[in-house]
Amino acid sequence: MSAPNARRRLNDQTAVGLLLAGPAMLGLFLFILAPFLVALALAFTNLRLGSPLPLEFVGVKQFERIFTDPDFLRALSNNLLFASTVVPLQTALALGLALLLNRGLRGTVVFRTLFFMPVVFPMSLVAVVWVLIYAPGPEGMMNGFLDLVTLGAWEPRDFLRDPMLAMPALMLLSIWQGAGFQMVILLAGLQQIPEELYEAAALDGAGRWSQFRHVTLPQLRNSLVFVVLVTSILAFRLFDQVQIMTRGGPDGATTTVIYEAVQAVFTRQQVARASAMTVVFFLLVLALTWLQRRLARQEREIG
Amino acid sequence: MASISFEHVSKTYPDGTRVIDGLDLEVGDGELLVLVGPSGCGKSTVLRMLAGLEDLSGGEIRIDGRVVNDLLPQRRNLSMVFQNYALYPHLTVRGNLEFPLKMKGLSRTEIDRRVRETAAMLDLDALLDRRPKALSGGQRQRVAMGRAIAREADAFLMDEPLSNLDARLRVQIRTEIAALQARLGVTTIYVTHDQVEAMTLGQRVAVMRGGRLQQVAPPWEIYQRPSNSFVAGFIGTPGMNLVRAPLDSSNGGLCVRLGDVRLTLTAQALADQPGLADRTGEDVLIGIRPEDICLAEAGATSALTATVRTAESLGHETLLHLDSPLTTVAADAPRRVPHGEPPALIAALRGHHPSRPGDAVRLQLDPADLYFFALDGEAIR
Ligand SMILES: Nc1ncnc2c1ncn2[C@@H]1O[C@H](COP(=O)(O)OP(=O)(O)OP(=O)(O)O)[C@@H](O)[C@H]1O
Ligand SMILES: [Mg+2]
Repeated sequence: MSAPNARRRLNDQTAVGLLLAGPAMLGLFLFILAPFLVALALAFTNLRLGSPLPLEFVGVKQFERIFTDPDFLRALSNNLLFASTVVPLQTALALGLALLLNRGLRGTVVFRTLFFMPVVFPMSLVAVVWVLIYAPGPEGMMNGFLDLVTLGAWEPRDFLRDPMLAMPALMLLSIWQGAGFQMVILLAGLQQIPEELYEAAALDGAGRWSQFRHVTLPQLRNSLVFVVLVTSILAFRLFDQVQIMTRGGPDGATTTVIYEAVQAVFTRQQVARASAMTVVFFLLVLALTWLQRRLARQEREIG
Repeated sequence: MASISFEHVSKTYPDGTRVIDGLDLEVGDGELLVLVGPSGCGKSTVLRMLAGLEDLSGGEIRIDGRVVNDLLPQRRNLSMVFQNYALYPHLTVRGNLEFPLKMKGLSRTEIDRRVRETAAMLDLDALLDRRPKALSGGQRQRVAMGRAIAREADAFLMDEPLSNLDARLRVQIRTEIAALQARLGVTTIYVTHDQVEAMTLGQRVAVMRGGRLQQVAPPWEIYQRPSNSFVAGFIGTPGMNLVRAPLDSSNGGLCVRLGDVRLTLTAQALADQPGLADRTGEDVLIGIRPEDICLAEAGATSALTATVRTAESLGHETLLHLDSPLTTVAADAPRRVPHGEPPALIAALRGHHPSRPGDAVRLQLDPADLYFFALDGEAIR
């Protein structure tokens, strides 16, 4: 086939392809790309709703401001703390649950459903329920529980208004809520591992731990990378729990990047400043995604 | 190196199916025993019980005289080559060979030495840094063998290790395995459903059917003196023909009537199988190997006439599936009277014999080539 001919065929197909992809592309543009571009543009202005000042280009001034703003820096470090605690703990918990459920014991279906249930509830509902669980005073469930396990040594605390405890309280709830989702994905991954690999490993002299280390983990790598990355992104997006349970308090102990951005735009009308924050957030997510792609590419080589 | 023995071993799966029934089998130190039988007869189950991957429901398995029933697979020091190799996909060939050695806790220098030796023996040097995915079927097979060898285990267990390979490669690797086993002298149990592999590979062959051992003997004896009609029909391609016919006395000796042909048994046959004389006047099963049937010479006075059902030419031989006046029965169910068409009488003729369905042929048999079985299929001895 001659080259021009080939090119024409390619062009024909490109047109059809564009036509077919059109609706999805339009949606993507309208609801994702356009808002992002607008936010990106606004981040370099001084836009503030209701401000008498004229709209003007201010360069990276907004970024300079937010990176010298202690509240925003606090939010950023809270996000990092949250992610670096929740992601490993939640993944380990989910992996443990998945391993237990994968042993094919009776009642597996019941437990799988139970563990997955929190995932189905909307976070707003979960948060409200956990506000009740964390209720201050001895009648609060968490206080009651801790009182029980410490044989009465526990002093009732107000978890959500305690600067030391508010963040861990949010972490606990988030792990409880998210582990089920990870567990289901890891369980699916575990069930893909051929039984024969374990049998071969057993004959090769590998005990339980060696089998886990040399068969399960490498075989589960893809699922683990996916699960860790999705959880990290969700951790950086942390907002619902904060909004409903602590409003960023006490004293900024639980504020997050998204919470700061929402505060900036909806309570102080600082559109440009909020835009700059979302751009930072976007870059963080982008970095994580890039990391995942790198790890996944390595995985493909491993095959 | 080790000897292995099964004593009254039985296996019933939780769903109640009895898969192995009273298995007694001895495998000598350094021996290559082939376990052969049709699909589903329990060969893999036997191997898996020996490896410790499956519990026993009864009986004992001993390795070097020691009962291993309750020993974990990790502690039995056996190596196994799986049907689809079960290589570790995330490890390179080197990693796969090293894995069992690392699990043993060998030193780095010892591991390197063994990997080098194994790779040289199996011609794997060029592949050491590849992953299993990047290997051909035959190469994967060699890696699986290598992993088993590098271990220096007490015995090799191989479960249909060649069944994923093409016919040519199978023949080649079959020969290599036999040579390797002879060189290493490691006790080996080789499972296959392919009777050609069994005949060519085994020092002894154990034929199994429905969870029961039918016969254990060297290949030639299995072929020459099958203990029952099942073994007779299973070994050989195509399998032995079985014909139901009466045993008559004829002036002092014995003869069988096959259609219009009377064959007088040889003195040798009567001496080898004294049981025959007791059955004078009874119906017995006559076994006829397809390769023992030949075309009658032009002037022959008594010949068996048959018509061709189908003919298959393999080049070096021609297989005729024949309709004959004989009462043919199936080798695996000799007592059942077949519904509809009886099994064809099969003749394997040397060379090329063009023939078409409906052609009439005249056949000749040598009474010295006949096998005799009672109606229940047991060989008459
Ligand atoms: N876990 C199990 N539960 C119940 N029955 C089983 C189980 N595993 C195997 N079987 C049955 O046991 C019988 C023997 O199985 P096995 O795998 O040992 O046969 P095989 O001789 O190796 O056959 P093949 O040549 O096809 O590999 C089969 O009828 C099979 O259906
Ligand atoms: Mg099998």
